[in-house]
Amino acid sequence: METIIEILQELHPDVDFENCETLIDDKILDSFDIISLVTDLSEEFDITIPVEEIIPENFNSVRAIKKLVEKLIEEE
Amino acid sequence: MHFASYSFILYILVLVPLYYLIPKKLQWMLLLVASYVFYSFAGAGYLTYILVSTISTWFAAIKIDKLKQVQEDYLNRMKKELSRAERKEYREGIKAKQRTWMLLCLILNFGILAFLKYAGHFQFGARLGLILPLGMSFYTFQSMGYLIDIYRGTYDAERNLGKLALFISFFPQLVQGPISRFNQLKETLFAQHSYDAQQMTYGMQRILWGFFKKLVVADRLLPAVKTIVTNPGEYQGAFVLVGMFFYAIQLYADFTGGIDIAIGVARLFGVHLNENFNRPYFSKSITEYWRRWHITLGAWFRDYMFYPISVSKTMMSITRKARKYLGDAVGKRVPIYIASIIVWFTTGVWHGSTWNFVVWGLLNCLVILVSQECEPLYERFHNKFDLKGRFWYRLFQVGRTFWLMSFLRTLDVYTGVGTTFRMYASVFTVWNLPELFQGGLMQLGLTIADYVVLIFAVGLMLFVSLKSRAGSISMSLNAKPMPVRYAAYFLVFIAVLVFGAYGVGYDASQFIYSQF
Repeated sequence: METIIEILQELHPDVDFENCETLIDDKILDSFDIISLVTDLSEEFDITIPVEEIIPENFNSVRAIKKLVEKLIEEE
Repeated sequence: MHFASYSFILYILVLVPLYYLIPKKLQWMLLLVASYVFYSFAGAGYLTYILVSTISTWFAAIKIDKLKQVQEDYLNRMKKELSRAERKEYREGIKAKQRTWMLLCLILNFGILAFLKYAGHFQFGARLGLILPLGMSFYTFQSMGYLIDIYRGTYDAERNLGKLALFISFFPQLVQGPISRFNQLKETLFAQHSYDAQQMTYGMQRILWGFFKKLVVADRLLPAVKTIVTNPGEYQGAFVLVGMFFYAIQLYADFTGGIDIAIGVARLFGVHLNENFNRPYFSKSITEYWRRWHITLGAWFRDYMFYPISVSKTMMSITRKARKYLGDAVGKRVPIYIASIIVWFTTGVWHGSTWNFVVWGLLNCLVILVSQECEPLYERFHNKFDLKGRFWYRLFQVGRTFWLMSFLRTLDVYTGVGTTFRMYASVFTVWNLPELFQGGLMQLGLTIADYVVLIFAVGLMLFVSLKSRAGSISMSLNAKPMPVRYAAYFLVFIAVLVFGAYGVGYDASQFIYSQF
């Protein structure tokens, strides 16, 4: 969880990521941010994030991102 | 059959009562027949193309779906016998087969689109009289989006060929979008609808407003824009700025007017189409502008091109190497840069097959990437001078974005890249502002009466835009007392009749976006 928050904070230092549940819906993360995030997560956790997982539900909150990462680690 | 024609209005007037009179389970079939009849009016020969697209998409999607079923059955049956690695290998084998079906279908459909779009530029194409069927770009994007969704497993394939055919050909959106997603549109497209006065009112409001924008504003500005851009030798300097400004309004009124009519007509049948615009000229940056202009096309490119390219295995390995040799900061940008350039190049080529559009696409990309890089710098500047949220600064940002986009958009209308850039240069070198007011504005094909109508009409558009920030303008209008409501409808209706740029025998100009 902390690693994910750290990665996100590098993108937008001024956002309270821990409590935000609408990162995509409120356009806090744009498509460029998503790609940076996907690149970092793949590197950090040694996973492949397939394109079909890039949907708002998986990126709206840190918790959702964490769930996605855990699922992908499990599948690897 | 053009949206802004009497025959189209008559067509709707016959269809709507029929739609609510027939048994409800036949409603979607009526829409299918109506869509094919509408399309055959554009050209009976076009039907072959849309049928090829529909049948190939339907077939490939079902093949992909069946493979998924086979995989699930097999893995369930062999749950205990297979190791984790074997399961993964089997899944990859199935995915490869699904990918083959998808690629075959994509190549066929985009191949036909590209061939017809560009064949006319070559001698053989011109000789054969090959032209791009009306709306082909839009329905190809829509059907291919569906196919990719099926491949990704976003939802199940539609087994009923007729229903898929309707999704691809639904006539209000066939000519110029919006580009719909199957899982969203099917909710209302195949549902059984009872007559609903509220939906009817909303539909008619949108249609009326669409006609107003198209006929009173867009078509009125058309001759002035034409005069300026077809005589670049004569109209330079301040006239170029006037041309940009007029074209910005004309294109907005034309395209959003067309979309208003599409959304409104669909609503008469109880069908909900996605919005395609969110007051784009109030954007504070180009990135924001592209999120608010032609939203469904932008989302298509993002979901089906930008993301797949930037997270592909090849891209990830390029990124890893770039990070290793060039450092984190550069490496991280690699997928974003490469994917953006490819997407914007394609967006440019999609809009037209001339160099103008390629340059237009790449310039958009350049501005977006440069402003992305300057973001931290802007942030520091805003904080230092405490500019964030200040009204006049927001106004400046909106104005800057509007003019930047107007400059870029001018590439649509001049005949060559060279001419466009010469005209850009003339804005800074030819000082002829006074000429505009010494009769210059009167030579463009617009009379004083036209200018007066335009000022009021564009003023009304601006008012509606500002008003709709607070919420749906339709709802606030519905809350008004009946006389006020009807007076408003009546005035807009009369305005369309009296000030619409047509007389007896006038054929409203084709919608600009239908040619893409």
